Amino acid sequence: MIKFFLMVNKQGQTRLSRYYEHVEINKRTILEADVIKTCLSRSKEQCSFIEYKDFKLIYRQYAALFIVVGINETENEMAVYEFIHNFVEVLDMYFSRVSELDIMFNLDKVHLILDEMVLNGCIVETNKARILAPLLILDKMAES
Amino acid sequence: MSDIVEKTLTALPGLFLQHQAASGSGVPRVSVSSRLGSLIRSITALTSKHEEEKLIQQELASLKATVSAPGTTLRLMKECMVRLIYCEMLGYESSFGYIHAIKLAQQGNLLEKRVGYLAVSLFLHENHELLLLLVNTVVKDLQSTNLVEVCMALTIVSQIFPREMIPAVLPLIEDKLQHSKEIIRRKAVQALYKFHLIAPNQVQHIHVKFRKALCDRDVGVMAASLHIYLRMIKENPSAYKDLTGSFVTILKQVVGGKLPVDFNYHSVPAPWLQIQLLRILGLLGKDDPRTSELTYDVLDESLRRAELSHNITYAILFECVQTIYTIYPKPELLEKAARCIGKFVLSPKINLKYLGLKALTYVIQQDPNLALQHQMTIIECLDHPDPIIKRETLELLYRITNAQNVSVIVQKMLEYLQQSKEEYIIISLVGKIAELAEKYAPDNEWFIQTMNAVFSVGGDVMHPDIPNNFLRLLAEGFDDENEDKQLRLYAVQSYLSLLEIEHAFYPQRFLQVMSWVLGEYSYLLDKGTPDIVITKLYRLLMNKSTTSETKAWIMAAVTKLTPQAPSSKTVEKLIQEFSVSLDTCMRQHAFELKHLRENVELMKNLLPIDKSCEDLVVDASLSFLDGFVAEGLDQGAAPYKPHHQRQEEKLSQGKVLNFEPYGLSFSSTMSSSGCTGRQSPAGISLGSDVSGNSAETGQKETNSLKLEGVKKLWGKEGYLPKKENKAGNNPELQPIAQDSTLVENVDQMIKKDQSQSLHHSEEEAEKQRLASTLFVGLGSESAVSLLGKTDTVSHKFRRKSKVNDIKNREVTSAHNINCSSFNPLSNAPYEDNDHLNNFQDKGDTRLKKCSLGSEFLESSLKSESLTELHLVDNLSACSLSSPSLFEDNSMEIFHPPHSTVSSFANEITLTSSLLEELNEQVHSDLVELCNNEMLKVSSCKIWKDDCLLLVWLVANKSSLELKSMNLEITPTENFKILEQPGFCFPVIEAESTKSIQHRVQMEKPFTEEGLSGYVKYQVEEDPYIQLEFSLTLSLLDFIRPMKICTEDFGKLWLSFANDVKQNLKMSDSQANLPFALKTLQQKLRLHIVDIIGNEGILACHLLPSVPCLLHLRAHEGTVALWFRSSCSSLPDYLLYQCQKVMEES
Repeated sequence: MIKFFLMVNKQGQTRLSRYYEHVEINKRTILEADVIKTCLSRSKEQCSFIEYKDFKLIYRQYAALFIVVGINETENEMAVYEFIHNFVEVLDMYFSRVSELDIMFNLDKVHLILDEMVLNGCIVETNKARILAPLLILDKMAES
Repeated sequence: MSDIVEKTLTALPGLFLQHQAASGSGVPRVSVSSRLGSLIRSITALTSKHEEEKLIQQELASLKATVSAPGTTLRLMKECMVRLIYCEMLGYESSFGYIHAIKLAQQGNLLEKRVGYLAVSLFLHENHELLLLLVNTVVKDLQSTNLVEVCMALTIVSQIFPREMIPAVLPLIEDKLQHSKEIIRRKAVQALYKFHLIAPNQVQHIHVKFRKALCDRDVGVMAASLHIYLRMIKENPSAYKDLTGSFVTILKQVVGGKLPVDFNYHSVPAPWLQIQLLRILGLLGKDDPRTSELTYDVLDESLRRAELSHNITYAILFECVQTIYTIYPKPELLEKAARCIGKFVLSPKINLKYLGLKALTYVIQQDPNLALQHQMTIIECLDHPDPIIKRETLELLYRITNAQNVSVIVQKMLEYLQQSKEEYIIISLVGKIAELAEKYAPDNEWFIQTMNAVFSVGGDVMHPDIPNNFLRLLAEGFDDENEDKQLRLYAVQSYLSLLEIEHAFYPQRFLQVMSWVLGEYSYLLDKGTPDIVITKLYRLLMNKSTTSETKAWIMAAVTKLTPQAPSSKTVEKLIQEFSVSLDTCMRQHAFELKHLRENVELMKNLLPIDKSCEDLVVDASLSFLDGFVAEGLDQGAAPYKPHHQRQEEKLSQGKVLNFEPYGLSFSSTMSSSGCTGRQSPAGISLGSDVSGNSAETGQKETNSLKLEGVKKLWGKEGYLPKKENKAGNNPELQPIAQDSTLVENVDQMIKKDQSQSLHHSEEEAEKQRLASTLFVGLGSESAVSLLGKTDTVSHKFRRKSKVNDIKNREVTSAHNINCSSFNPLSNAPYEDNDHLNNFQDKGDTRLKKCSLGSEFLESSLKSESLTELHLVDNLSACSLSSPSLFEDNSMEIFHPPHSTVSSFANEITLTSSLLEELNEQVHSDLVELCNNEMLKVSSCKIWKDDCLLLVWLVANKSSLELKSMNLEITPTENFKILEQPGFCFPVIEAESTKSIQHRVQMEKPFTEEGLSGYVKYQVEEDPYIQLEFSLTLSLLDFIRPMKICTEDFGKLWLSFANDVKQNLKMSDSQANLPFALKTLQQKLRLHIVDIIGNEGILACHLLPSVPCLLHLRAHEGTVALWFRSSCSSLPDYLLYQCQKVMEES
């Protein structure tokens, strides 16, 4: 099960956070700071999976932005690792060449995309066209 | 594509400035000049956390004003919501906005509505009260004609929804399952998944519809239903075996590329879907040869297809390998999977290496040979610069540890611990080291040194069971008295030398262990007078960093040593010093010691040497206080009422006004002072002695107090499962600055080991040597060599009291060997099998099989003949599930035929010989279950301590051979059959008998329940003939006595929440206590814990380990029964049984 999905930049600023288990707001920031610290301490040659407390962190770095996913032991690490990339590809498709700015200024839309892909900690959709369909309809409606 | 992403992101600082000018191509980007934009920009510009907080508070204040203003447009509201989401993301609560999020979802128009729903799902948690306000909106949107709205409603339902309101939307969502649009059907299934998560009972009736969703023409809908199935199958695999074919077909289609292309990810067809399906197949095929049979083909194909070298194919391969090793094994597939693991492990990519190690760790329990194959890689990984890889490797080594490689593996673990500072890692690793050391320690010295390292490193964060187990082990000793003495002596010496070091820092727990050992076993030192030890302890006592808990321990140790050095000056000094201590506890101990010292003879009797394990007789009914009580009653005191009675009265009186005058209050000071004495940590309280009672009372008191001083701390309490792991919330981290000696300690340990086993010469040669030390005792050849050598070392550090346990383990390992003659995978090393020696002498495998079979039966019967299982052992076994190679072995075990001698006449001898063996065991008569002219099936129940053993005897009465005889038990949810429920004999010779055994445990309590099955056989080429049979099992078959002491009973009683009370009217002759107790003991096999006056307490447990306690009071023709248990339904069932046997008697 996926426990949380984070996007944090190198400076430790959270760009997106989604928790699939209830965590108190003040505990979230502490966790996020610790998680990003852990990720930053690791070099490129090191493994992208970290055993952290009683769960695991899977992370991927895109320029200055880290995407970190917390999972429990039932999840397949590599599948989650590739899922992160799939998510980035979806963002890339929607924003055509996504940048950290897009994520910052379109917080709501990034959330909507993620919600199509992950529900209750399960990966529910990975087909890019289907993930974007609801959002594109909304965009169209807003335009007209 | 990722390259592009990265490039774009690298150019970020530049973009930040240009952004306004060059807005993106596809989708209109929100202009940076928006309010959110300016908020983000100003926050990014800030440098300190303090400034950020100030800014956000300002922002929140302005947002609060905006959202509550009546004129705010929905468009602006949506804008505000996004900003609120942003603030919450940064950690600033904005609860004032929650209600407005709900309002926005209600009133907004599409995008606004969606953002409203999004905000709700982000802000509120499952049990938030505001969530109820959302229900109406959701219902309205579900009925909307606008599909976009329906979609949104379904999405929010599948994210967050109040459990109690499910009925309000369930019919609407069920309707949506028939919708023409794929997306609506898919989201409806997802919503039902959510309901299944939060309230599985409410969606039970729509299981048929799930099946329909599984067969949906659209891939997405089918995939959504898999989440529900994965969950349901995890809970109850047997109910969905019929779907195996469907899952296999789906996977075949996916793997074969039959899905639309847009489901591909890097040209791999729907990888996450494949993984999901593989998991389901693994769950279904586990321990089930028939279901597994169906999956072999598709697994093979998955392995074959996944040849591309993209990461995602490795994810699929990994899942595939896990599934192959989970289901009923097929040699060919295992071979392929093993090769696959090789690909992972040898990969230069670090992520794949990690996966490979993880897979190896998983499969190594079944096939230790794989570790041999990859030993050099494992050695390399041990020294890998990445600590994560190292740790995974240690995990792997932990699984293959045996008596021969233990010192190397433990040394590697200690090395790792030295570098690690993370609490969670320390706790888990220290626990593993302690477990391995206890199991496989090669010698005393090593064991004590290792445990010293464990205590130094683990300090106060480790699990409290570790020191408790260690001391228990020391105290209870092993079979060899001499060996015990040496171990204890070594421990004493090692602690003394540790305390010698100036300015050394040791964790409190370690000090406690030291002081107990020194207090108990210093007498073993010949030359050293106890005075020296006392001086050392005194110095510790005066140390400022010693906590008061530890001080109590040290004080207890000093007290124990004082009789051996009655004239010690240090003790005198100590008494003087602590008699005026501000710590009342310490002061009391000092006074006790002072008084005891005045009578050395008494003290010697009171604190005898090496008697920590002796049980003391305690007058639990406190009869010596009778006179005192009578006096109190004479003076008008109220009679004592037990706690529960008082509680009840309080409850019943609570609602009415009390008009009665208050009675005389009975002074409880005496008893309460006694109480505090009992609860003091080291417990050597002499409260009543000091207060000057009669000498006799004093003697008794102190007797019982001695018991507490030892038992409370080191007795069974440590094994009670309720002990929480304090480590998590223990703020006292070990001071790192001070632990130079601590490190030294570990260093010493490591150096010692290194000098023993390693020499730093050439790197390669060293690795080779390491490999040979690490992997010794693994694999088939070494297993064979082990056969002849009974490993005496391995059980050196096993507790005496766990004889039962060890015997069990022996049995398990015997099982393993059993299997190895059938199954090439189980070349597991094993230990201490005395009876294997004689089996090795016989060359013939067939002979081996049957001799082992009978040996096993015999040994198991003998070892199990102790009919009472020790609760504490039982519970501790539960709490410390030790993942050793044998215990976790998921390999299915079946018992070979009891005898292969073929003669019909032998049936009687066989049966009688079986029964003879059974005579040592409680068993039922042989019952005939079914028969025809060819075949007879009879069965017998053996009530073993850990399960119900069912023995089936299948007799061939004819003069023809019976072929492919199958005996199959129909699985039911009430029972758990520990072996394969089916069993097949290829041939039963004419007039011979075969026996099969099944161990059965109860899953859910019941009164009586049938276990049915059938036998199927073939005579020559005729069609199969099937005979059905059934056997009734009752609750009593699964009830075992639970031998606990009164004290444990009391503790357990309080910890159980489920209770049932009943008064039974009996004739006067029957309603006496001894009679009732005898009936229950004989008929229900309850253990009588204690009898106090006209009350009795009994205990039993339901297999595997659900305890149930009974309090029984006989009074004027009624017997009051009071049950308590950790299981809610057990008391009811047991009450019914009690009623039945009492009425019958």
